[in-house]
Amino acid sequence: MTVSNMQDYVTVSIADQLFGIPVLEVHDVLRGLSLTKIPLAPPEVAGALNLRGRIVTAIDVRKRLDLPELEEDENCMSIVVEHQGEPYSLMIDNVGEVLSLDLNELQPTPVTLNSRWKEISGGVYRLENKLLVLMQIEQLLSFADNSTIAA
Amino acid sequence: MDDLLSEFLTETNENIGIVDASIVVLEQDPSDESQIDNIFRLVHTIKGTCGFLGLPRLEAVAHAGENVLGKIRDKELTVTADVVTLILEAMDAIKDILATIEETEEEPAGNDADLIARLNDVAFGEAPQEATPVPEQEELPPGKVSEAELEAAFQAAEGPDEDLAEEGLRPGEVSEAELEAAFEAAEGPDEIVVPAEVKQEEAPLEEKKPAAEKTSKESSIANQSIRVNVQMLENLMTMVSELVLTRNQLLQMVRGMDDNEFTVPLQRLSHVTTELQEGLMKTRMQPIGNAWSKLPRIVRDLSHELGKKIDLVMHGAETELDRQVLELIKDPLTHMVRNSADHGLEMPEDRVASGKQQTGKIVLEAFHEGGHIIIKITDDGRGLNSEKIKKKVVESGLASEAELEGMSKQQIHNFIMRAGFSTAEKVTNVSGRGVGMDVVRSNIEKIGGTIALTSEEGEGSTFTIKIPLTLAIVSALIVECCGERFAVPQTSVVELVRASTNNNSNHTIEMINGSPVLRLRDHLLPLVHLNEIMRLETAADEVADRSEVKGSEEFIIVIQVANYVFGIVVDRVFDTEEIVVKPIAPILKNLSIFSGNTILGDGSVIMILDPNGIAAMSGDAVVNSDGSSKEEASQAQTQDEKIALLVFRAGGKDPKAVPLSLVARLEEIDVGTIEEANGKKVVQYRGQLMPLTTIEDDIEVKEEGRQPVLVFSDQDRTMGLMVEEIVDIVEDRLDVEMISERDGYVGSAVIREKATDIIDVGYCLSKCFGSWFGDSETRPFGHNGEKQKILLVDDSPFFRNMLVPLLKTAGYDVSTAENGVEALQKRDTGETFDIIISDIEMPEMDGFAFAEEIKGDDRWNETPIVALSSHTTPGDFDRGRAVGFSDYIAKFDRDSLMSALSQTLKECGSAK
Repeated sequence: MTVSNMQDYVTVSIADQLFGIPVLEVHDVLRGLSLTKIPLAPPEVAGALNLRGRIVTAIDVRKRLDLPELEEDENCMSIVVEHQGEPYSLMIDNVGEVLSLDLNELQPTPVTLNSRWKEISGGVYRLENKLLVLMQIEQLLSFADNSTIAA
Repeated sequence: MDDLLSEFLTETNENIGIVDASIVVLEQDPSDESQIDNIFRLVHTIKGTCGFLGLPRLEAVAHAGENVLGKIRDKELTVTADVVTLILEAMDAIKDILATIEETEEEPAGNDADLIARLNDVAFGEAPQEATPVPEQEELPPGKVSEAELEAAFQAAEGPDEDLAEEGLRPGEVSEAELEAAFEAAEGPDEIVVPAEVKQEEAPLEEKKPAAEKTSKESSIANQSIRVNVQMLENLMTMVSELVLTRNQLLQMVRGMDDNEFTVPLQRLSHVTTELQEGLMKTRMQPIGNAWSKLPRIVRDLSHELGKKIDLVMHGAETELDRQVLELIKDPLTHMVRNSADHGLEMPEDRVASGKQQTGKIVLEAFHEGGHIIIKITDDGRGLNSEKIKKKVVESGLASEAELEGMSKQQIHNFIMRAGFSTAEKVTNVSGRGVGMDVVRSNIEKIGGTIALTSEEGEGSTFTIKIPLTLAIVSALIVECCGERFAVPQTSVVELVRASTNNNSNHTIEMINGSPVLRLRDHLLPLVHLNEIMRLETAADEVADRSEVKGSEEFIIVIQVANYVFGIVVDRVFDTEEIVVKPIAPILKNLSIFSGNTILGDGSVIMILDPNGIAAMSGDAVVNSDGSSKEEASQAQTQDEKIALLVFRAGGKDPKAVPLSLVARLEEIDVGTIEEANGKKVVQYRGQLMPLTTIEDDIEVKEEGRQPVLVFSDQDRTMGLMVEEIVDIVEDRLDVEMISERDGYVGSAVIREKATDIIDVGYCLSKCFGSWFGDSETRPFGHNGEKQKILLVDDSPFFRNMLVPLLKTAGYDVSTAENGVEALQKRDTGETFDIIISDIEMPEMDGFAFAEEIKGDDRWNETPIVALSSHTTPGDFDRGRAVGFSDYIAKFDRDSLMSALSQTLKECGSAK
């Protein structure tokens, strides 16, 4: 077991489920920026926001994962990732800590998961008291039949 | 050197650079089809252009190379190191020939039979290994490195040592174009490994050396100016735009405060920012002639190919527009001119049979109008045949016969811009492949432009393209709908109308079977509700809510997309704002209703509506709109004769009018802000004192509330004319029928079937700035029967607009031209005038040159010319006399002008 197999993840929670996003993909963590709605956009797109002069498309991860909407959304936080040069802000419930995990301990995604979850999951880590689903950003953003985003 | 040739050289050098780079990438990944397609296309272009320019040697090499690439593309040949080497060798041969052409403007003697034979061997069967033994990797002495290797090294340069090594060998050898190509090709450092297979060419080493020296001179043309990647300018532009926005924000913040320490530096910042913005805009502007330069040749070749006689006339080649826009319209324009030549014009014998001149004419025109550039392509050919189009439409299933029955001619014509439509009976080499006008249209719409078409069968067709000057900054109207704000590009907004659903205002939204329409002056405007298009409010109770609460007032933005005019209903209209269009996230690309998004001054993100997209979404409305589109088309045709007039009331019941083009702005000023200075009313306006006046002294000025003001301005002088009420803007012919005896009026004319006084802006100006004009009135000199014809040449639209009514009033028949060149065009069309009034300082051709030109040609040399200038030094006067001006008058001296005119005409009359 060498050090190079260790990977750092930012943990986020959505509906009490822990997810991991590779730390190098995370550009920013935001809280409470005003969103501009985009009519006619896919339901997963929550809107657009201004992040220091850049226009960032906000993705409602709950909608993407088929979860009910969060009730008090003022606590909502976002993680900004970049995909194909475009910034996206992923709306999640909460941001946790940064964990260093061993790639060798990554378990394959259970086949019984909901298809949407299966799509975005890159595997599962068994933490001491919780399970952490590895979130694949690329898959998460590939919706609305957009071929340019497909892997 | 010939423009065409030098352009070809730069372009081809660039293309070869890209081919070099791409082919190395291809070698790494032979399955990459996009690469081979790209390479094939580039080499094909090179071959095609060579043939076109008459460079047989180059063409032969490129052709052989293309054969090999074609086989690779068709998967009949696999990409091996040998094949790649051979192709690179062909590229190098092309480069050498190009270098010679650059020096001598001629192809070097000699032939490449050996190379071509080997290329053909590879392409047509022979085992490449036999033909091109691969030299083993060897240490190359410095100076003998092929450019292909350099390219490859650049892409692969991961470690600094390789890079340094290369630089050490031939410092400064790499041209910018190649760098760009290398950058473009280098997708990521991991994908590209140093291609070990790229080898030294087969050519003996001694020959390689001179070749290398030659290639080093390659960039001598490019050295006179820097070729900067448009993308870089684009980025700069974006940054400057951001700067402008930030500056505006700062100004907004400081405005509320009195003198403080920020005011001065902020002003300075403001100036510099403006200058920076303007300067940067200029770097991107290019005359449209650049896009036209290839057309004469193409038309010439076409006329030979098709056996037609074609005359290509180009006007306004100097009109400048953004280089990015220019690039984007180049191909559509070429396509349209080809179309006109092929489909539009008839064969000579048919033309003679229908009583036309044997030689067909294609006229290309470009000019500025507002923030737009208008390009017109007119041919005097057979026009569009509605019956043929109908037949074709039915055949291709685009519409049924019944549907066609109900369509206007205009709508039927518009079918030619649908995908997969071509009326050419047979597919010629030139056109008729069914990828035509629809591609043109979509290309033009992509850059926010519109294309309209008018055609008379038997008389010809006119395509009018309207495109924005620049794509970087646009002025947009901010509107609100259901609590969300949207931006509408101002360029497509025709007007704003406030309407109600009850009868409280002049305009009422009425319903036909649930579809809202609006009576707007003399036609019916189809409406769409923005909230419905956006599906913003769907709950039934909310809709009911809306009709009750907001029913009293709604705003309609009247939008014109090509010939289709419609209204968008919104809840509120805010301000206009200069915005920087940013592309929409790729994830939302399929939303055709937005053309982009942007960040407003207050930092919020706003979506920009795309009028084309909305028009397409309200598709049913398009079919129903034949009335308005027809009307629009006919309006466009007669527009030349009519001018827009602003009708208002000021003193008395009779309406008064002024040509709209003279009015700089319409303002409403809070009466409280009007101050007195030097016994005159003034108001602080845009950081300056603006004098206010009324037409007649006894007109009452409001005591409180807001005072409507017409703002006239010329350069740095601005004045406001206080009026009682602004009534409307109408388009009508301006025929001054009665000459006014009163100060301040030009005369009276019938506008909208009402006698309307036309006010004299010159008088108002003189009232504020006494120096402008003499006060006394003009008297028409005795005109006996026929009107005297005047040609007024002046580049300032302000003075043209001001002098034309004055001269008309004085009983002259006036034509105008913007500059000498335009005036000479009138001469070429055979027009004659009794007298010419010409400005001295004009772009293109100044007054002196113009006068010399006229006196040197016997068509107009009898016509007296009066010079009009703001500079009247004795030197100018003498020079004016010397080149043939009959008189020399100061620009603002109306009396002298009038007397000089009648004097000069009288003299001429007696001389005859």
